[in-house]
Amino acid sequence: MNLAAHRKHYGPVPLLAAGSDALITEVERAGLTGRGGATFSTGRKLRAVATANAGRGARVVVANGSESEPASSKDAVLLARSPHLVLDGIQLCAAAVGASRGYLCLGSRSPAARSVREAFAERDRAGLGGVPIEVVDAAADGYLAGQETALVSLLNGGRAVPAFVPPRPSDRGVRRQPTLVLNVETLAQVALIARYGATWFRSVGADDAPGSALVTVTGGVSRPGVREIPLGTPLGEVLRRSGLAAPAQAVLTGGYFGTWLPLPDAFRVPMSAPGLRAAGATFGAGVLAVLPASSCGLAETARVAGYLASQIADQCGPCRNGMPALAEAMNWIAFGRPDADIIGWARQLTGLITGRGACHLPDGAAVLARSALAVFSADLRAHATAGPCGRAQVAATLPIPPRSHR
Amino acid sequence: MSELPAHQPADPVHELELRVNPIACDAHGVCIELLPELITADPWGYPVIRPGPVPLRLLALARRAVADCPTLALLLAERQEGRQQPDRSRARRQG
Repeated sequence: MNLAAHRKHYGPVPLLAAGSDALITEVERAGLTGRGGATFSTGRKLRAVATANAGRGARVVVANGSESEPASSKDAVLLARSPHLVLDGIQLCAAAVGASRGYLCLGSRSPAARSVREAFAERDRAGLGGVPIEVVDAAADGYLAGQETALVSLLNGGRAVPAFVPPRPSDRGVRRQPTLVLNVETLAQVALIARYGATWFRSVGADDAPGSALVTVTGGVSRPGVREIPLGTPLGEVLRRSGLAAPAQAVLTGGYFGTWLPLPDAFRVPMSAPGLRAAGATFGAGVLAVLPASSCGLAETARVAGYLASQIADQCGPCRNGMPALAEAMNWIAFGRPDADIIGWARQLTGLITGRGACHLPDGAAVLARSALAVFSADLRAHATAGPCGRAQVAATLPIPPRSHR
Repeated sequence: MSELPAHQPADPVHELELRVNPIACDAHGVCIELLPELITADPWGYPVIRPGPVPLRLLALARRAVADCPTLALLLAERQEGRQQPDRSRARRQG
């Protein structure tokens, strides 16, 4: 959507005095949560940055569109279709927290990069003001580049690897200034809340998860892609609208740090952070990857575990040792004939790597592996007695980025 | 857990917990030797901290372990409930 169409469709951006509390209050009332994966309260994040250093000094806004989650494409679709909504969100948040500059971090999907460039040119020609925004390419930096402290490190001239917190970016981030890092979809939602208000925002979705969200449906469906859903929509309905090709055995929710849920049992689970949490899963980045009955869930998980192990920052001992070990154990389980020892070791490793890194990459890998061992327990028994099933050699459902993109 | 005194939330001292900065930690194991009650080694020699507040009777040893860590990777910090909360608890080095 170009600038003229954007303005016609959404109307003007409401003026916001710098440091105004009105937008933060409205976002808090809306109950918006981050759409990047952690589903943290956006209002609280805004307030933390606005009040850091007693509200004095420079601040930075970082729009996270790196979308390093391989199964997700919602941020690229959003940036390609509605870049102005994201840019409005950056400007509104900059005004709300008192930031003097912004960054927009992009991933490798070129359609988004082109539309973002065009959007900036249009705004320049139209003489739209606001803080300067620098576009940063975070594509080459792999899975961890999307992590909040990794982006801060990248913008500070370092490697895109996570840092130990505290300090949190909201206290000390880019150039040691309080830094607001928000996913691009979250920023687009802020731009809508600023225009239409919290009551409008809450008019769709569930009481415990208001609003709508973009989800990426991939794998065993006939109409894969990105769709906007009211939060709380039953998972089965989302899959049906995406053309669920029967028979499917399970769905990966959240992303590669997410959880397998068995199908059709999970059809009734509400697509929302609280709904998925109650089912032992996570909303994450809004990924739904459907596993056809013809695939082997253990093999899919082993490939992802191998990918995640290749993406570690190599900073923390438990992760540096545990992630390759977990990948190897999952590989044996998927493609070998695992005995009780190797299965026990895999389970033990998921405990050993959880909560012991600077970032949550190992935690996510542990969650994924544990859920695979539980949901595909029948396959696990079959592999243990008869070796790998024929389905282990079926082409991968879950995309693994090529080496050059790591 | 059973051998430890009951947790008293009113006492601020009880709200301190040990944390490892895993980027700084090089598995020297000094903390594991000094404080086996709270810190054990994983299969690779890295410290595993027992979750929960540091009991009062072990606080002096905990401070010693923090001070003696060769890479200053051990921290005694105010207790954190949720790690996602940006507005709480600032870790500080003690000792």
